[in-house]
Amino acid sequence: MTATAYHAPETIEQAVALLAGNPSARPLSGGTDLIVQMRSGRIAPAAVIDLKRIAGLSGVRRVGDGFAIGAATPCTALKDHAELAAAWPGVVEAANLIGSVQVRNRATMAGNLCNASPAADSVPALVAANATCLIAGPDGQREVPVAAIPQAPGRTSLAPGEFLVEIRLPARGVGDGDAYLRSIPRTEMDIAVVGAGANLTVDAEGRCTAARIALGAVAPTVVLVADAGAALVGSRFDDAAFAALAEAVKAACHPIDDKRGTIAYRKAMAAVLARRVVLTALKRAGAAA
Amino acid sequence: MNKLHISTIINGDAQEFLCDPTATLLDVLRDGIGLTGTKEGCASGDCGACTVVLDGQMVCSCLVLAAEAQGRTVATIEGVAEGAMLHPVQRQFLEHGALQCGFCTPGFIVAAKALLDRNPNPTETEIRYWLAGNLCRCTGYDKIVRAVMDAAAELRQERMPA
Repeated sequence: MTATAYHAPETIEQAVALLAGNPSARPLSGGTDLIVQMRSGRIAPAAVIDLKRIAGLSGVRRVGDGFAIGAATPCTALKDHAELAAAWPGVVEAANLIGSVQVRNRATMAGNLCNASPAADSVPALVAANATCLIAGPDGQREVPVAAIPQAPGRTSLAPGEFLVEIRLPARGVGDGDAYLRSIPRTEMDIAVVGAGANLTVDAEGRCTAARIALGAVAPTVVLVADAGAALVGSRFDDAAFAALAEAVKAACHPIDDKRGTIAYRKAMAAVLARRVVLTALKRAGAAA
Repeated sequence: MNKLHISTIINGDAQEFLCDPTATLLDVLRDGIGLTGTKEGCASGDCGACTVVLDGQMVCSCLVLAAEAQGRTVATIEGVAEGAMLHPVQRQFLEHGALQCGFCTPGFIVAAKALLDRNPNPTETEIRYWLAGNLCRCTGYDKIVRAVMDAAAELRQERMPA
């Protein structure tokens, strides 16, 4: 590593100026991906811009009935925020499947998203939740859906000088529930073979009125499976609806063969996980109704 | 490249150091300050041998830039014992023989103490999940888990009113 500078700006504007001033500069929050990539020689940024000294970038805020999660908020802090954990348990549990306690005390959902790994655990949960990102850059701020950030493994839609300021989660109502599950060969400290997030709304009669199903690790980027959600809407989660869900999920998978799993295994497991994650979200939605 | 001047509190004492912008906290602890109890295993956040407590949260010091420690407090394995008085976690590691080569031991002890500081009555499952980020290739973990459970019991005894 040669001649990398370290900056710890105190405002968003200063951070934008530092990032825009050098195309290879990289924002740092938890560092659990960035520092590993620097150490391995995969990247050699001219500057590292530490975002943690910027007021408002660490911590969870209520915004109306929803939530804003600062980009530098570590995953374990999400679990410690009782209101967030009650409103969005699926998002919080997804973020707290990443790595170890040591890693989660540093790693952030914003970093998980911007690292753009197809297997990022928090991303399917955020996409299912219809979360958005506030992005700051040389042209000011813009808000985009989480799903618009990853473009390909390791590549995002962020323009030079842009960085993620916060992740926004919408308000929750009666009959809402979310969940995230992943499949790994062990119980902890591994990378998803398949991940599935579900976010449901269920009416007083137990009928599904809205459903978003998102998958990780089965395509170059997170996949929002519109047909899987559509298979549930209007149903009371009967066998026919789950059969249609499984078919829609399998059709949406375009996985790779690698040491973690084959294409056939990933497709089959995606269907299994989607059913299970919907059942967990349904239980939570019922508890909220 | 200019060195950065960083002021921290390490194991309760004010400590200043100079570091390269990309030096990790682990690099500075071991090579700059001479606190070599913290070990480098994988240097990628997988093994936990470099575990320290930064502002009350346990982290892998290989994944923290030393510059990030400006104004923050760091606790390392060297601060776990009080003088010659071993911490119950350390004593129980000895009692149980919860180590063989010993390389992972500082990380395990810092992590186990961090758990017991917040939860003096963890279940075996909670201990195993909490320590999932600490790898030991010698012991098979059982003796480590039993040592932590017995240290927890000892700490609960100490905290009971007389």
